[in-house]
Amino acid sequence: MAKLKHFFRILFVRAEYAFDTAFGQQCNPLSWLGALGWYFFWIVAGTGVYLYIFFDTGITDAYASVEYITNDQWYAAGVMRSLHRYASDALVIVVVLHLLREFSLDRLRGKRFFAWLTGVPALFFIYLCGISGYWLVWDQLAQLIAIATTEWLDALPFFAEPIANNFLNSTTLGGRFFTLMVFIHIFAPLFMLLLMWVHIQRHARARVNPPRPLAIGTAITLILLSLIHPAVSQGPADLDVVPTELAFDWYYLAAYSLLDIIPGGQLWLVIVGGLVLLALFPWLPPQKSAPAAVVSLDNCNGCARCFDDCPFGAISMVRRSDGKGYETEAAVSLENCLSCGLCVGACPTATPFRRATEIVPGIQLPEYPITALRESTVAASRQFGEGPRVLVYTCEYSGADKLRSEGAQVITMPCIAMLPPSFIDFALSRNLADGVVLAGCAEGDCYYRLGGHWTLQRLNGERDPYLRKRVDRSRVCFMRTRPGSGKQRTAEFAGFAATLADLPPVSHKKSRDE
Amino acid sequence: MNRLGRPFLQAIAYAAFAVTVGYFASMPPYRYADARVASVKISLSHAADKVAPCVQLTQEEIAELAANMRRTETCERQRLPLLFEFDVDGARVLTIEAPPSGVWGDGPSSIYERINLDPGRHRITVRLRDTARTEGWDYIKSEEVVLEAARYFTITFKEATGGFNYR
Repeated sequence: MAKLKHFFRILFVRAEYAFDTAFGQQCNPLSWLGALGWYFFWIVAGTGVYLYIFFDTGITDAYASVEYITNDQWYAAGVMRSLHRYASDALVIVVVLHLLREFSLDRLRGKRFFAWLTGVPALFFIYLCGISGYWLVWDQLAQLIAIATTEWLDALPFFAEPIANNFLNSTTLGGRFFTLMVFIHIFAPLFMLLLMWVHIQRHARARVNPPRPLAIGTAITLILLSLIHPAVSQGPADLDVVPTELAFDWYYLAAYSLLDIIPGGQLWLVIVGGLVLLALFPWLPPQKSAPAAVVSLDNCNGCARCFDDCPFGAISMVRRSDGKGYETEAAVSLENCLSCGLCVGACPTATPFRRATEIVPGIQLPEYPITALRESTVAASRQFGEGPRVLVYTCEYSGADKLRSEGAQVITMPCIAMLPPSFIDFALSRNLADGVVLAGCAEGDCYYRLGGHWTLQRLNGERDPYLRKRVDRSRVCFMRTRPGSGKQRTAEFAGFAATLADLPPVSHKKSRDE
Repeated sequence: MNRLGRPFLQAIAYAAFAVTVGYFASMPPYRYADARVASVKISLSHAADKVAPCVQLTQEEIAELAANMRRTETCERQRLPLLFEFDVDGARVLTIEAPPSGVWGDGPSSIYERINLDPGRHRITVRLRDTARTEGWDYIKSEEVVLEAARYFTITFKEATGGFNYR
């Protein structure tokens, strides 16, 4: 399993680098696969509502109504039909890529199982929506799907009579099954939407909209595709005629071709077994979770900054339990806490300027105590060689640990947003370094979702806790990078180091806390 | 990346996306069936006889039953399997023994088959046994038919209308 993840990770690292070059980090489609899935879903839903106005739900008139949509009103309903189809296909593409990428990043095990587990049944609903949609056109492809699906369902031991009898010949054709498909095609997307909502429940501020340039770009692409290569029907269904060779939507219908080589019953086993196995991936093998963040009530004044910043909704503000004069205190959900440390970076008491030998902030990670971070900072400052001394704080996923050199000492933590901004002030004002680099994951692609975003806001004074104004911004570099962007990272670092070389030496400043 | 380079790369990426979506949405074509052959569909759903005939209860036996459970005869629940044969031009193509459906084996037996045959004139014979007999058949139909390429020929069964039906 680890080798498989590594294989996909290598592929994605290369693709991410390529897409960074074309789109920039902010709009890299690979960072927005989930949001693109939502976007395509809404396109499909919106166009579906429009098409339903003109669609005749009776089996004898359905084909004619779709022909009207496609030909007579090609400029509106026809384009909508094509968009409906192509956005559905695009949905399959981004969902599969989303699944593979989250797998490659190992963002499925441990406490992250929930999104994965709820995503698996959504796959089933995507296919239920797509296949039932093709059925409604009632052309030759729909006929093929109707016959193949009912024959395939008959392989299950549930039906007393073969349901394929409904499509035996033109005399047996009734509207019963067709009406069922119309209902499925309307209600399956609603269930899917419910599942999608559940899928993101453990994500605070879930990203369900792609950035505007990406949304516009993909919409224009799909519209152009719809105009150049419109979706068309394949002749009316005739149950007395054998469908022979047909244009096929491989995104939705590939499984039907497998029926040529695998008996229906075995194919059900493969698909259902595959989905069950997929759902078990978070526990193959189980992940040992890092200890959750711990609240120290002696140092927590219930300011709720950690609550605001937690990307996984793991912190709640509850009624004060220690009798102190504050209304609330932070409480950490052990089930949801991913030990990313964003709450630590948000805590105003997590400052290295405090005089105590052991700093105990309002909230911190047992495995990465703030005292240890201060000690690491001081120790790193003693390791510098010649040239500008640059202290690099980085996360475990940016690849920036490779910057380590004589002039660059690297301190790694789970997420860059774990670093309270006061540490930058500490490093510079105590003359521990000439400059500080904060290296986080690529823009919009933080391993812990919001770390890079919060860090930038804190540095820009837009989010508590702010980086103090007295800190010389020319000595601070916020770098957003990926494991595959080594050359860019090195160049950016070299540029920053060159800037530092031109600056006068830092002077020791006393903090108000000292 | 210069000012023009990025839009150019984006255009390539969007074009590749459009081609990927558009191509596999309809290509390559899928060949479901050979256009040069005829397809024969056999579909029947029929309840065979019970495994044993019903037995009349004596007055004493009826009297022993609870008042709300009294009946004049008792029957086995389980049904026999259907035995079906399908010959083309005198040659056996298919023999099926279809078990009764249901957890207790008391439901109808079903047969659904799709067979490809060369188009043209053929003598098609179907036989069905739905009783406990060990020799002979309860329903037989044998007829010369003309099969057309890329068209379905259906064989169905309805006891109420006398047995097999060709179409």
